[in-house]
Amino acid sequence: MIDLPPYPPLDPSNYYLIVVGTGVSESVSAAAASSSGSSVLHLDPNPFYGSHFASLSLPDLTSFLHSNSVSPHPPPPSSPPILPSNSHELISVDLVHRSLYSSVEISSFDSEILEEHSRRFNVDLCGPRVVFCADESINLMLKSGANNYVEFKSIDASFVGDSSGELRNVPDSRAAIFKSKSLTLLEKNLLMKFFKLVQSQLAESDDTTTTTVKISEEDMESPFVDFLAKMRLPPNIKSIILYAIAMLDYDQDNMETCRHLLKTKEGIDRLALYIKSMGRFSNALGALIYPIYGQGELPQAFCRRAAVKGCIYVLRMPITALLLDKETGDYKGVRLASGQEIFSQKLILDPCINVGLESLSSLTDQQNETLRVLVPKAMINKEKIARGICVIRGSVKSDISNALIVYPPKSLFPEQLTAIRVLQLGSGVAVCPADMHVLYFSILCENDDQGIKALLSAMSNLIRLPVPESDSSVENDTCEAKPLLLWRALYVQELVKGEFGGTISSMPSADGSLNYKETVESAVKVSKAI
Amino acid sequence: MHGRKRNAASKPEEDAASAAEALELRLLQSQFMSNHHQKIYTKEAIQLSAKLQEINPEAYTAWNYRKLAVEYNLDSADPSLVNSILDKELEVVENALKRNLKSYGAWYHRKWVLSKGQCSSLDKELQLLNKYQKLDDEIKKNLVLRNFHLWNYRRFVVELTKTSEQDELQHTTDMINDNFSNYSAWHNRSVLLSSLVAKKADGFMPKETIRREFDYVHNAIFTEEDDQSGWFYYLWLLDQTVKMETPLRASPWPSDGSNIILSGPGCFNGSSSKFTTYCSESGSFPLILYFDQAVSGVSSSTVTIDSELKSNEDLVWEPVPEKNSQVSCVWVARLKFDRTEPVKVKVSLGKSRGIVSSTGCNLITPYEFVFTVHIDDTVGESQEGIISWTDGFDSWDAQSSKDLNSLITLDQLEVDTGFEWRKQAIKIEIEQFRKLPDSKFGKLNLAKLLMAEETMISDDDAVKGVHYKEILQLYNDLMALDSWHDQYYKDEHSVALLRKVTSSTESLTRHLFRNRNMNSIVCLRLNNLTLSRIAALEKLLFVQMLDLSHNELHSAEGLEAMQLLCCLNLSHNRIKSFSALHSLRHLKQLRVLDVSHNHIGCKHPVDTTRYLCSSSFSNSGETGRKVPSKYRDTYLVLRDLMKLKQFDIRGNDLIAGEEFSSFVRQVVPTLVWLDGNKLAS
Repeated sequence: MIDLPPYPPLDPSNYYLIVVGTGVSESVSAAAASSSGSSVLHLDPNPFYGSHFASLSLPDLTSFLHSNSVSPHPPPPSSPPILPSNSHELISVDLVHRSLYSSVEISSFDSEILEEHSRRFNVDLCGPRVVFCADESINLMLKSGANNYVEFKSIDASFVGDSSGELRNVPDSRAAIFKSKSLTLLEKNLLMKFFKLVQSQLAESDDTTTTTVKISEEDMESPFVDFLAKMRLPPNIKSIILYAIAMLDYDQDNMETCRHLLKTKEGIDRLALYIKSMGRFSNALGALIYPIYGQGELPQAFCRRAAVKGCIYVLRMPITALLLDKETGDYKGVRLASGQEIFSQKLILDPCINVGLESLSSLTDQQNETLRVLVPKAMINKEKIARGICVIRGSVKSDISNALIVYPPKSLFPEQLTAIRVLQLGSGVAVCPADMHVLYFSILCENDDQGIKALLSAMSNLIRLPVPESDSSVENDTCEAKPLLLWRALYVQELVKGEFGGTISSMPSADGSLNYKETVESAVKVSKAI
Repeated sequence: MHGRKRNAASKPEEDAASAAEALELRLLQSQFMSNHHQKIYTKEAIQLSAKLQEINPEAYTAWNYRKLAVEYNLDSADPSLVNSILDKELEVVENALKRNLKSYGAWYHRKWVLSKGQCSSLDKELQLLNKYQKLDDEIKKNLVLRNFHLWNYRRFVVELTKTSEQDELQHTTDMINDNFSNYSAWHNRSVLLSSLVAKKADGFMPKETIRREFDYVHNAIFTEEDDQSGWFYYLWLLDQTVKMETPLRASPWPSDGSNIILSGPGCFNGSSSKFTTYCSESGSFPLILYFDQAVSGVSSSTVTIDSELKSNEDLVWEPVPEKNSQVSCVWVARLKFDRTEPVKVKVSLGKSRGIVSSTGCNLITPYEFVFTVHIDDTVGESQEGIISWTDGFDSWDAQSSKDLNSLITLDQLEVDTGFEWRKQAIKIEIEQFRKLPDSKFGKLNLAKLLMAEETMISDDDAVKGVHYKEILQLYNDLMALDSWHDQYYKDEHSVALLRKVTSSTESLTRHLFRNRNMNSIVCLRLNNLTLSRIAALEKLLFVQMLDLSHNELHSAEGLEAMQLLCCLNLSHNRIKSFSALHSLRHLKQLRVLDVSHNHIGCKHPVDTTRYLCSSSFSNSGETGRKVPSKYRDTYLVLRDLMKLKQFDIRGNDLIAGEEFSSFVRQVVPTLVWLDGNKLAS
């Protein structure tokens, strides 16, 4: 990082809330707190807004991933864990930085071109990610006024893919079902009937006067996948509904590997979100929209909103330690990297910030209790998300720039346990130069190898890897049609859950879902509590 | 209507605002009127009218004023200004349309401006229409999709710009892909396709066009079977499939190779037992041609008679039921006969062109049939006894069935070149719709398709009649499923049932009897069949005695084709008025008519059937008889039945008192039996 002149000391040094990290949840919390009149200090160790939700240029993204990945070297020996604070009533507990990323592998296949356009990329760290028109995050933006700072564009189409490489349109609306060439007539009939059933179910929940319940209580509690089978929907339609409309991850037909079996009620809710999204904004073609200049715009918009309401922003400012009351063990403040101590009643932290285990041993029980949320948990059955970013020349589907592609479980290879989602974005949303597209891939996985393998499989399904000139004779026509890969990043991100601990809260990392539903929900929960 | 919500009641401040607006409008209007009267066409005056039109696009006078102003200015303006004057008009129209997209005046004005010859901006017109038709606003969009002003104007512009029909077809495809609940688009599509097929445009041969359209409309039907716009188009397509390139079929009476026996005045008591006996009192007998499509051009020049009978060269062919109509399915001529020995008669059609079906099919292949006329001159005493509908019926003897077969088949007049593809198309459709069983539209459609196939295979003895059981069951299901439309299903059920009955000699003979009291005349008994409609008449032309009692008929419509009918029983039906019996007046041979136990005379505020029939006044003038207005309908039916001997009207709502019976006797002097009682002569 470039050396910048040190900051002058912050003034005032006492706040109601300090927020560290400018990810979506942190920014929403900061905006919520400052709009309710509280004094808020919002810090970020990075020189940009967004933390793990940022949109960066290719070099910045590369360096961010590398610096936040599990390094092969042991961390440098830290100074004694507990330092006396400047004030005698306080003790200071050092914080450690947790690396969220692993197996980072970045390769460039055409450095020259990329070099030339390097600043014209806005690549998301948390991709693939889109926003449903009827999302809670949109409501929140409209409510807070953050919508003034972001513009969205519609995702033109969504597809379901399989190992054959064929992309079939997701029949998500009446017109789409009508036009669909991949569904048989009977499938069209069944699918439309199902949509109508869902719609009437939704209409009923709004209108309590009608007594007829279309879907029985018993069905509502049964697994969604069973309900779909009961509706006589054939497997291919079931998979479209489950993975490309309800956006599920786990194979709902495989009880052993499915970590989250969706109930009909939840399934209907997810469909409701999709259906409501379809007609919400007249200028959006479908259910999904994407912010121009990348997802990084969203946290930034909330930050701006917060700043308008009086929140103070300091970037490039890590915190190094927490200050606790020696007697009671209560949280008092933080020590900045500049050495300055800042005090607040509440603290919200980025998911990367932890307390070192060795520091805890010397603390009292009360102090430990205060720091509870910052202690890294030993997680059993750890879930991770493998993400991939590709910059390509051309498009995976001609005539379509912004598109979502879903590979349902087992569609690419038999061992594929979860759905792979791919999002292609073009210059229309200002994330890359004109003739290129950025592709985001993600899949939930149990370990890095499994995830990376699945990503590579999906990539080879859509993209042509550059081959040395001599091999060009091997290429056949189908290869020729695929777009050419220029740049690729693969990384596996840990999924850290947020925790609310009274005074100190830790926010969740970017989750595995396609939208911000859970992220925003947790932020709203925390904000309410504060 | 059309999903628009009614506006809430206005608030006081809104009332005040609208009052101010009204005041302004009134001021504007009076200024405008004074300009108009003084013929002031200055720039300011024209601007004033533009302002008025923006507020009130319905001001017709203002549009007319503008037309005058344009004419005036065009006369005096130099040619370079013409375009700018007309452009200004288009702009005013556009502003008015913003206010009200359904303003007739505005659209007419636009057409008028375009017809002034400003063709430079015609392409813009289509773009403007596309813009309107692709409006974002959902509610507005629904209004616009169905806005016939837009579609009409579109057709006008298309004609002016000579846009190709293929392009317009693509436009309907785009509109339908966007939202297939669009009657206007489907309709326009049908119009365009008809024209393209008729022109034999490249890629629009009937066979492939029909198949392509079927495949396309399936998407709409299967996606949302409850949406009627797709069905609407589908039924049109099905109709095209059955009719397109279909040759005419016809059935004559007397049929080819038949022997008919003409007997004298006392025919009912004669000894002949052939069912081709025909009682002729006036020295002539009818020659009937029934076509399966309405045709025009049947005349002595297109139908030639070759026989020894004299004075039959200039036969007068009359369409039934309407004398004055140009097209009809049934044509009748009266052949005079003056011989006592058997005479062969040869009738030829199509030797010279002129017989054209309403679908444009021109009969060009000659078709002829020959029959022999015998005379039975046994003079019996004329029939005086009352005809009973309950006894005197003998069952049918099988030996006559041979003759019957020729009576109930329709002759195809020309080679059917498209038969195979049409049959194939229907077959594919049937397979498709068997997959959609639990919907009422699906069932109805399947029944229609099966019926269409049945019509096509009616010449093939091996398979004909296979579908009737299923069709009848489908309509029964539909009546239970959708009671709202059960009258329609009942009618269709009746049609199917009658087609089933007439589909083979076997099934028909089950309903055929001979009446002992009537010289063993052939009687067709279709009683107790819950019929609500009459059909399949082309196969029943030979019937002289018909029993339709104990059915659910509402009208005698269709029976006029049975020109030989002399005894008819319509008792125990649901006929509500004499005007529902109107068609009977064409049955000149009718001797016995039983309409007892119906609902004739019910005091209905509006007799709907009357308006479907031809005007009663136009035909009633000639007699000068004073007819009480309450009996006028009765009079119109009975006065033409010159041979009626027996009439039964008991058990109706009409009070058949002395007054009525004397009226009937007056109208029908030949009457012997009324309501079962012999009349004193």
